[in-house]
Amino acid sequence: MRAGKGLKWVTLLRRVADTQDTDAFAALFEHFAPRVKAFLIKSGADHAMAEECAQDVMVTVWRKAGQFDASRASVATWIFTIARNRRIDMLRRDRRPEPEDLNWGPEEEPDQLDILSLQQESDQLVAAIAELPEKQRVMIERAYFGELSHSEIADETGLPLGTIKSRIRLALERLRHSLS
Amino acid sequence: MITHHLSDKLLMAYSTGTLPEAFNLAVATHIAMCDECRARLASFDAVGGAVLEEVSEPSVTMRADALSATLARVKAQPPVQRKVAVPPKDDVIPAPLRDYLGADGEIRWRSLGGGAKQMVLETSEHATARLLFIPAGTAVPDHTHGGLELTLVLQGAFADEHDRFGRGDVEIADEETHHQPVAEMGEDCICLAVTDAPLKFRGLIPRLAQPFLGI
Repeated sequence: MRAGKGLKWVTLLRRVADTQDTDAFAALFEHFAPRVKAFLIKSGADHAMAEECAQDVMVTVWRKAGQFDASRASVATWIFTIARNRRIDMLRRDRRPEPEDLNWGPEEEPDQLDILSLQQESDQLVAAIAELPEKQRVMIERAYFGELSHSEIADETGLPLGTIKSRIRLALERLRHSLS
Repeated sequence: MITHHLSDKLLMAYSTGTLPEAFNLAVATHIAMCDECRARLASFDAVGGAVLEEVSEPSVTMRADALSATLARVKAQPPVQRKVAVPPKDDVIPAPLRDYLGADGEIRWRSLGGGAKQMVLETSEHATARLLFIPAGTAVPDHTHGGLELTLVLQGAFADEHDRFGRGDVEIADEETHHQPVAEMGEDCICLAVTDAPLKFRGLIPRLAQPFLGI
């Protein structure tokens, strides 16, 4: 399996978690912080607020690096969820309770092959979304920038999510098994 | 086994963070019980990751001192250590919902008459969430829906003309839905019901009762 972009970020984030490697963190920061800032601006923040919140998001990335599970999400996806939650606070949107995290304990690790395939699927999803017809891609972006309400979201998203969902489902089953 | 799941629409809206609090609560509570929807949600989060990866604004850069300022902050806050993993408990009230009960975790039921009870949960005014207690074998009053309504079964089961809903199942109803769910015999039914509009009851007596429902 070829090592794609996704896997590179996984390796860097693991170095942050395991050895508090500031060079690895700097590489993640350089790539993701401006994207988080742009994401927050697109979501309605002004530049100063977006800068401050993007830094907050990167602080959370450092602190929670050890809880990242590469068999269930890409680093971009994980950072998206942190940025989304920060945006909800920032714009004083409705509270968003979450199901409790299912975490691997310190003794256990996700399966290496699960990580490889999930990261590869995530890379392919980025490519697939980039290739969607313009109109559909814009609707997806608007939804994730928080511009669409539930009733404005299409019943059929037309997103190719079957394979990545199955991968995550499998990884969840292994995690559940390790917990029992 | 859970057979009635959340819609793609609801999962995507939850992923994008735009649902009213009451709906967020219902989605989170279902996912706490349903790994299939947990995986589906993760796939919608992956779409968010893809959007973040592709959000290109060459004009947007971080301030020159941003990295050093962030590193200074993280030096003061060491990484969180991985906790001992504990399998979540399979309680009647899953974790996301527990925060909405009193500090003692007790459900403060108020009688609706005929053995039925409810507890209205405190959420934002954009939608209403309440726990419903329907005695085994009892019908929920026939009603139509002005907006979107989710009913998530936490204990027991109910059935209407079309389907059966057991623990973890979620019924999604809208303006088109007219139904008369009945709680199954054997076990009292407890549901989390959320709606973005007041319920409209169709019979005379339930209509009189509506003000007491507090919704």
